[in-house]
Amino acid sequence: MNRHRLRKLAGQAGVIFAVLVLLSPTVFFFFWMASLSLKNEVDNMAFPPVFIPHLPTLANYAKVLAENEFGRDTLNSIIVTFSATALALAIGVPAGYGVAKAKATGSATLILLARVTPALSFLIPLYLIFQKLGLLGTLVPLVVTHLVLTVPIVVWIMIGFFEGLPPDLEEAALVDGATIWQAFLRVAMPLARPGITVATILAFIGSWNNFVFGIVLAGRTTRTLPVAVYNSMTFEQVSWGPLAASALVVTAPVLILTLVMQKQIVAGLTAGGVKGG
Amino acid sequence: MLPPARAGGGYARRYGLFSVPAAVVVLAVIVLPWAFTLAMSLADWSPTGGTSWVGLANYRHLFTDPEFGWAVLRTFYFTAIGVIAPLVLGLIAALCFNQRFPLRGAARTVFILPMMATPVAIALVWSMMFHPQLGVLNYLLTSIGLPPAAWTYSETTVIPTLAMIETWQWTPLVMLILLGGLAALPGDPYEAARIDGANAWNCFRHITLPLLWPHIVVAAVLRTIDALKSFDIIYVITQGGPGTASETMNIYLYQQAFAYYHLGFASAVTLVFFVVIVAVTLVMLGLRQRSLAL
Repeated sequence: MNRHRLRKLAGQAGVIFAVLVLLSPTVFFFFWMASLSLKNEVDNMAFPPVFIPHLPTLANYAKVLAENEFGRDTLNSIIVTFSATALALAIGVPAGYGVAKAKATGSATLILLARVTPALSFLIPLYLIFQKLGLLGTLVPLVVTHLVLTVPIVVWIMIGFFEGLPPDLEEAALVDGATIWQAFLRVAMPLARPGITVATILAFIGSWNNFVFGIVLAGRTTRTLPVAVYNSMTFEQVSWGPLAASALVVTAPVLILTLVMQKQIVAGLTAGGVKGG
Repeated sequence: MLPPARAGGGYARRYGLFSVPAAVVVLAVIVLPWAFTLAMSLADWSPTGGTSWVGLANYRHLFTDPEFGWAVLRTFYFTAIGVIAPLVLGLIAALCFNQRFPLRGAARTVFILPMMATPVAIALVWSMMFHPQLGVLNYLLTSIGLPPAAWTYSETTVIPTLAMIETWQWTPLVMLILLGGLAALPGDPYEAARIDGANAWNCFRHITLPLLWPHIVVAAVLRTIDALKSFDIIYVITQGGPGTASETMNIYLYQQAFAYYHLGFASAVTLVFFVVIVAVTLVMLGLRQRSLAL
């Protein structure tokens, strides 16, 4: 009996050790990211590297936030991400319901096809079309292309959620004379609210993180934050502190969202295998 | 009077209306561009205007361009590491997170951060860590007595290094899929095995692995699709360099399309690239069928 307990304890210690090993690259990575952003240039260029800053400074953040274009880039990111997420919900939630109810598995395959297709392959034709329409200097191309990303995420997650709902309540509503639109709006939608939350978070993160559509379609005044960070990396003097600070500022909303909503995010990712990036 | 089957069909059709807006969007931004790409791949397009039909010349050029052949090989090299390593590590991680231990929820949240964080931001910090003289990674290596590595600065190490980031980023997704699979496993076979005196390894080998296999295949297929398409990290850190040592199919495609504006040729690349991804996916799904039959 005693040996059994001992073995169990050793097993638990082994699991904890394995988890610590698996987590260490991530913990070190984000520690280092924060460390770079809080150190002055001398400490950042020191070798051997300075791990804990002697005099932590917020100067790098101040520099990033004071930059002329930072406000505009942030606003662009917010407009694009919110529009792409809201439009995807308006289009995708009813579609998920329709597909789930009609048991139309063919359309689910179509959504899967969107995942298989490289994002760049939409970009060549869309680039030419937007150029023809004279829209390249606006945010419209970005919002539209982000739909390529967000609509499949929303539809995919909502199909799963609506399929899991018991049909009894809607059927009762239909028997009582409700139209299918009313049954959807008044009965199914409120029940699927957790699913809508998951879909919203994942669509938001996917759109916020997106880089490839922006690098092709955005101009200097319409670039989103990931493109801005990339530009500051290539075009300006390489100075690690402000770069690390801007990287952290850009990804902070996503990291905070993940920490706060981890339960919903894990549920959504596990169900759909959808990726956020 | 309508037969019941017809009535049901009518219902299904009415539910179809819910999908109309999504269908319009899919048509406009997914199907239409596809048709456009197909047409473009048969044309020569120049930024100064003017499109001329060139038939299959773009494809002929593509299949005789050694640079494209190398890009395909590099993509497979990158993908092989970027699928196998996350699957192995993700399986280990899922088995760990399936056990009870203190602060499990918090640990799992930290573990999934790499796949949620903005790829450009991540790539930027990694590239600072790879710096040959001032980077923290070489400091860590030398401080434990290992020689410094060239990371993304050498033609031989650049692909493994990028695949390492890919692994770090996407092991969490594999872990989550397999964790979902583990949670759904029945308890009975384990009870029976324990009564028969099976040890932990035998339980894993003969019960967990076979039952988890369908989930492993799903994770492998998704990972393969995503690794073949990997773009952000590679583009931000190396842009295909040094030289063309990390120029995968997707980077090659990007360069052709938006650095040189060979849009007709790039359209042909897109279609071939898509066919490659679909072919690999179908082969892997075929493996799944076989393994289920076994």
